[in-house]
Amino acid sequence: MISSDAVLGPDHVPGGPAIRLGGVVKRYGDVAAVNGLDLDVPAGICMGLLGPNGAGKSTTMRMLTAQSRADAGEISVLGFPVPAMSKQARALMGVVPQHDNLDEELTARQNLEVFARLYRVPRRERAAAVDRALELAQLTDRQRSRTVDLSGGMRRRLLIARGLVHAPRAVLLDEPTVGLDPQVRQQLWTLITALRDDGVTVLMSTHYIEEAERLSDEVALMSRGRVIARGRPADLVADHAGVRTEEFYGPPRRLAEVERIAADLGFTTRRTGPSVSVLRAEKITPQARERLGQGEARASHLEDVFVLLTGETVE
Amino acid sequence: MNADADAAVRTPLRTGRPHGPVHRFELAAVAGVWRRELALYRRYWTTTTFASVVEPTIYLLAFGFGFGSLVGVVAGYRYIDFVGTGVVATAVLFTSAFPGMFSTYVRRTFQHTYDGMLSTPVDTHELVTAEATWIAAKSGVYGCAPLLVAMAFGLPPAPTMLLVPLIAFVTGLGFGLFGILVSALVPSINSFDYIISGVLTPLFLVAGTFFPLDQLPPWVAVLAQFNPLYHCVELVRHAVFGPQPLADLGHVGALLLFAALMWVLAVWRMRRKLID
Repeated sequence: MISSDAVLGPDHVPGGPAIRLGGVVKRYGDVAAVNGLDLDVPAGICMGLLGPNGAGKSTTMRMLTAQSRADAGEISVLGFPVPAMSKQARALMGVVPQHDNLDEELTARQNLEVFARLYRVPRRERAAAVDRALELAQLTDRQRSRTVDLSGGMRRRLLIARGLVHAPRAVLLDEPTVGLDPQVRQQLWTLITALRDDGVTVLMSTHYIEEAERLSDEVALMSRGRVIARGRPADLVADHAGVRTEEFYGPPRRLAEVERIAADLGFTTRRTGPSVSVLRAEKITPQARERLGQGEARASHLEDVFVLLTGETVE
Repeated sequence: MNADADAAVRTPLRTGRPHGPVHRFELAAVAGVWRRELALYRRYWTTTTFASVVEPTIYLLAFGFGFGSLVGVVAGYRYIDFVGTGVVATAVLFTSAFPGMFSTYVRRTFQHTYDGMLSTPVDTHELVTAEATWIAAKSGVYGCAPLLVAMAFGLPPAPTMLLVPLIAFVTGLGFGLFGILVSALVPSINSFDYIISGVLTPLFLVAGTFFPLDQLPPWVAVLAQFNPLYHCVELVRHAVFGPQPLADLGHVGALLLFAALMWVLAVWRMRRKLID
């Protein structure tokens, strides 16, 4: 566990949220990137911020580090009001950006050393902190390699290790596995899970459904700059999409018919490319089955919930 | 994830705590940025040094020996000594304004280096200060190169020459900040051409580097008072040929004022670019 002697901010309430956003608005001209966002992230959990591109996830992340200033609303991180005391918050927080901004001409070790200094890791602890971060990124053997010579997966691991070099109390991960192959993604998932297990508060934006479902204790679904639903992934699915979903395939006329019958029977449907998904399929009675026919059953998942609630799609 | 990495994640650490009171301006933040600059400099010091030393030396040799053979004595000094002291300002300009413009622009726009730094406990004014003082430190060192070359060609050494690195530092600070300001003003990297041709070249030519300004119309001498390079040239000449305390105080004041004004403007513009 991370040292418990860290001094949290004046707004910190024991047992209260590590991150708090209340009524936050951020506009760019006429466009509201974040539009009345309310979100509390309890300490020590992994909260997934799930939404399609343009939902306001990255803007939210930038506001938490005061790199973007809210037009309205209140933000606090680890008890420090942001932006007023954002510097204190940033000292206790790690940030892993969506886009790789490592120093390509520096070695892996130098990148970590620079950030250890920026994060004010005390001199006597700096070498150990960098060694630990290198181990965490599995780059001990490549610590003398220039970053430009590392593979995409290695760079992403280094980027995450850079945000963890000071053993932060909270970590912001902005699309941590975007563009990575499945093997590297799996490695990073293990890393993120271990962080959460270690008591670090993790706020992770993603547009990968599987990632949000597997890693998050809670998921906040974002659409058009606000949270439209939040809860444990299983609860969200159970509440909105039921246990099972059936996919019906066929020509357009057949799909239209399924939609009409399902609506007539009180079921919620959604179009998924070449099929119609009927949610809460476990409630299809034998009589309803006669009218609907047989679809391909599968477990309901977060994507069903997301599309149902927003009408938008995610990957 | 291998066993080592898994163990690393689970190793207790005691670094995740505040490092003490957080202040509005912290030297530790500046030192963190310097650490990065030092690492980069160690990699590229040979090319940086080559460019920073050779270019002004060529100016010195070309003008000193080229014009020197025609002119002989200017303002009471051997022409090569006159130019050798003047080209210090040229070296300072080249080693401060250009990195201030290009490096800052590239790091902010293409590499997003500053976005990474600002997610740590570093604020824009600390970042700008760190970048500018690093640039100024290099100017302080490389600005002396023309003087050393001139000494090799007979410029007599003087104890007050030891002030030249300091003069070069203060001038480099102002022009480094000027470069940072410009980098946050231009719409694209190509726009630097306007600044180089339209601003820096006139400043560089009308600073008393290659010819005394009193040979020009009086209004040029008046304008020169607003040219920081002119004050640098005057200070360096006085440091080499003999101080003029009252005038030098004015020159130092002008350079400090220039640096202070550029700091305020550079921080303001960079904050607007980096924080939305």
